[in-house]
Amino acid sequence: MNDSSKISNAGAGWIFKMAWRDGKASLKRLLLFMASIILGIAALVSIQSFGGNLKENFTLQSKALMGSDFLIASKQPPTERVQQLIDSLGGANATEINFPSMVAFPKRDAAKLAFVRGINGGYPFYGGLETKPASAAIEYQQRSGALVDATLMLQYDLQVGDSIKVGMVTLPIAGSIVSGPGSTGVSTSVAPPVYIPYRFIEETGLVQTGSRVEYKYYFVANPEPDYTLLADQIDPILDAENADLDTHESTGRQLGRRYDNFGKFLNLVAFIALLLGCVGIASSVHIYIKEKLTSVAVLKCLGATRRQTFLIFLIQIAGMGLIGGLIGTLVGLSLQQFFPYLLKDFLPIELQVAITWLPLVVGPLLGLVMSLLFALSPLLSTWYVSPLQVLRIQESTGSKAKWASAGVLSLILGALFLFSYWILKRAGFALAFVIGILVVFSVLAGIALLIMKGIKRFFPASWGFTARQSLLNLYRPNNQTLVLLLSIGVGAFLISTLYFTKDILVEKTSLEATGKTPNIILMDVQTEQRLAAAASIEANGLPVIDNFPIVTMRIQSIKGRPVNDIRQDTTSTINRWILNHEFRTTYRDELVDSESLATGIWNPDFEADAAVPISLSDNVARDAQVVEGDTLVFNVQGVLMETVVANTRAVDWGRMQMNFSVVFPMGVLENAPQFHVLSTSAPDASSSAKLQRELVKKFPTVAIIDIRQLLETVQDILDKISWVINFMAFFSILTGIIVLIGSVRNSKYQRIRENVLLRTLGAKGKQILRITALEYLYLGLLGSAIGILLSFIGSKLLAEFVFKTDFTPSWIPFLVVLPGIALLVLLIGLFNSKSVLNSPPLEVLRKEGA
Amino acid sequence: MGVYRSNHFLIFRVLKIGNGHLDMTKILNVHKLGKTYTSGSKKLTVLEDISFSIDAGDTFAIVGPSGSGKTTLLGLCAGLDRPDSGTVSLCDVAMNELNEDARAVLRNKNVGFIFQNFQLLPTLTALENVVVPLELQGVKNATTTGKQLLEKVGLADRSHHYPSQLSGGEQQRVALARAFSNRPAILFADEPTGNLDEETGEKVVKLLFDLNKEAGTTLVIVTHDLELAKKTQRVLRLKGGRILDNQLTETL
Repeated sequence: MNDSSKISNAGAGWIFKMAWRDGKASLKRLLLFMASIILGIAALVSIQSFGGNLKENFTLQSKALMGSDFLIASKQPPTERVQQLIDSLGGANATEINFPSMVAFPKRDAAKLAFVRGINGGYPFYGGLETKPASAAIEYQQRSGALVDATLMLQYDLQVGDSIKVGMVTLPIAGSIVSGPGSTGVSTSVAPPVYIPYRFIEETGLVQTGSRVEYKYYFVANPEPDYTLLADQIDPILDAENADLDTHESTGRQLGRRYDNFGKFLNLVAFIALLLGCVGIASSVHIYIKEKLTSVAVLKCLGATRRQTFLIFLIQIAGMGLIGGLIGTLVGLSLQQFFPYLLKDFLPIELQVAITWLPLVVGPLLGLVMSLLFALSPLLSTWYVSPLQVLRIQESTGSKAKWASAGVLSLILGALFLFSYWILKRAGFALAFVIGILVVFSVLAGIALLIMKGIKRFFPASWGFTARQSLLNLYRPNNQTLVLLLSIGVGAFLISTLYFTKDILVEKTSLEATGKTPNIILMDVQTEQRLAAAASIEANGLPVIDNFPIVTMRIQSIKGRPVNDIRQDTTSTINRWILNHEFRTTYRDELVDSESLATGIWNPDFEADAAVPISLSDNVARDAQVVEGDTLVFNVQGVLMETVVANTRAVDWGRMQMNFSVVFPMGVLENAPQFHVLSTSAPDASSSAKLQRELVKKFPTVAIIDIRQLLETVQDILDKISWVINFMAFFSILTGIIVLIGSVRNSKYQRIRENVLLRTLGAKGKQILRITALEYLYLGLLGSAIGILLSFIGSKLLAEFVFKTDFTPSWIPFLVVLPGIALLVLLIGLFNSKSVLNSPPLEVLRKEGA
Repeated sequence: MGVYRSNHFLIFRVLKIGNGHLDMTKILNVHKLGKTYTSGSKKLTVLEDISFSIDAGDTFAIVGPSGSGKTTLLGLCAGLDRPDSGTVSLCDVAMNELNEDARAVLRNKNVGFIFQNFQLLPTLTALENVVVPLELQGVKNATTTGKQLLEKVGLADRSHHYPSQLSGGEQQRVALARAFSNRPAILFADEPTGNLDEETGEKVVKLLFDLNKEAGTTLVIVTHDLELAKKTQRVLRLKGGRILDNQLTETL
């Protein structure tokens, strides 16, 4: 009789066989479970890779702004050291010498300040140099022609073939520049561009010692280097030689926070897609395993061990997870392939879709791991179910089961953290997200339990049968309140979080797009021309957006130490640019939109003979290593002026408007030599050209900068970003809705026996419908209301800490998402009891029991 | 195990296990068994001071009204549950000393079950249901044995049907085939006809006794049906969780 102590002889083969047999017969239910995995993984894979593609496209855009991968710029002919460095990087792919200069148009007998760029090589390498005629962009170098800014040609009514005189050289105009790579820095493009072949530069005779000349060396890198590393390596060398490194990444950053936020949003969407999949998996596995418990008890009766029964269902779920993950990956990748075709007419960018092998591995793996993780908790119940359950229902979870559940929970949280980290790449964010999810779950679970207790305690015994029955359903044994409230609540939470954050970001891109962004800037306006220039603008029916004085100055000493001393001091860590920079400062007594006070007091009182309190932008204060109370002496065109730092400002340099690093108070600089800057916004090219022609005629000395082209490029990128944000958000919301449908649909089997029983006892279809409708309505309303409220809080936190922007909540989640989800849950609930209403009770039991 | 299937041995072996004396000719020894359920603060004693034993090869009935503790006693005898007091030894093994898995293995080797509500695995075909106990033992030609058993219960042509495609009587016949498939030393039947109409019930009972006779298995039937109980050699009557009497059927 000792053989009874031996472990059962059935091996792994039998367990797999049982998993297969049982799975085959439960296919319908397993497919529902698999659908969640497929959807979650498909959404994740397509968003991750589509998002990756998009990011790449936007990288191309930022490269287009620069025209190359990176460049080295210098204000002087390259020193030997710099030349060596350029050679060691494989030599520049294109070179440029540029300077501002007056150019003349002999035909019009007019001269104008232009930005002359002598170019050699295939620059720009990214983005286009769009010219009229198009061939001019390529041919001007061989044909010895010049390319002239289109607005400039409009202003002077020039045609292709007319000549332009640059210094000593006269060249035919080969074409007009419609758009080209440029910088967003307004102050650098002081004049419309004129491109000429590099070889003519010397001939112009304009490059002499002391002229404001810039030398640029453009590089195309393949493969691209780690720019941070590159900057670390060569920036110090270049700095010492008075040269700079500029990479497309830093140019991309000039697009401001929106660009950055866009990347964060894509990550958030991918993360949410994954979570939605998990919700689907968790709720379907929970219900699936619950139904299997009797079978587990029978198997145990027949002599199967706990390990064997556990493994049968573990294998089933692992198999489903793996297959689901694989199908999901394939669906995701084909969706991604399909996007450009499907959306060709709507998609504002041309997408280069590339398949990477990574999702093919990660997708199925993720499906497997996620299924197992979320199945573990319900699967544990197979371990603890007693064979006695075959004889009578017993409900007891020992302390052992609770202990194990806690273990599983920590495992899930750990894995969620790893996945968030994988997607978000920041440990702090990942931790915050996991805690956020935990809070959402706890609040939902807590409310579910409270509601069950509350209904039990204050049960309205006087209500009619159907109303009472639907309330009973919420708390008595075999209730689905916790599971459904969790999945509906989390689903609503994620969906409305997507909506809120999408709104935050889209609003941010559109706000500036529709706002009064100046696109024509008048520089060098003399004090006496100021009113007349403003009047001319207004006479054209256009607004004067900015109108402020500019006083140029340099720093003479910092905290009592002359800058010449600091220059000699090799140990000083004060940033060199501060010492050499010609600051364009202004004076005013108000903060503008794009800035906020970071430290100190704004606009303090001061006495005439004391040091002048000034305001610094936080980056200048940082680079000059000064804080409030430190003194700075400025050299205002020969006059020394002692100042004291009164405050620092945080400035959003990404905004398309004039910002200042140094701001003086009123009553100090009014009589210093100064010029004024005026700006306006012209709605179209013709009104812009008309205004410019007029201004050129009236104020020949005023420099007019047309940044419409530049703005259009930036606006174009913003439009694309906001389009993609919208698209991604709605795609994920759709996924969420489908997962939600799946998990509510799963609850079908929960109520079917009872409904059949009620039917057998003579319940009318209407009564069963009412009971079901009310139960699902309660759950749907409660779940979505709590979920949306939580997401409101979550989005506020996201806006503040992740996107660093204000949050003005939209009403849509409350007015549309909330009733929408409640209605959806109600409809699925009713659909679930359809078979009970339309077929005889026994037939239903037989069909659904299998 | 063969020793238990022949009635002609008369060797008395007495083993001292735990605190009880076990009689080795007995396949089932129940000694001072008690079981209490706790429901909230209330304690409900379901079984109290139950002692009896069954000889190998005997047929035995446990009868009593609803709530008398019949099913609880069956669960304890078959090792599906643990008693609060007393001991059960099944096939020479003291059940108290076995963990959950060891008891499962013991059931797999030595015990067969018939339930009132059949308890076939809904996702397995009739044949697959029948061979589960054999497969658990790792028996090679399980399917052949399974087919033979299904033929014996008259369901050879339904072997690939799922339980939901079978009638109640048919399901219970599949359960019978399953119960005998591992050639158990003892078979527990919990109200085997409880869910069946009279005619079908009679057929199933006849089949049960025929198969039992053929295999020489010890049979323990839990029922409230006295007619069915009378078909066994011995009847134990329970009331309110205590033994009313335990006597040979012929003396009843």
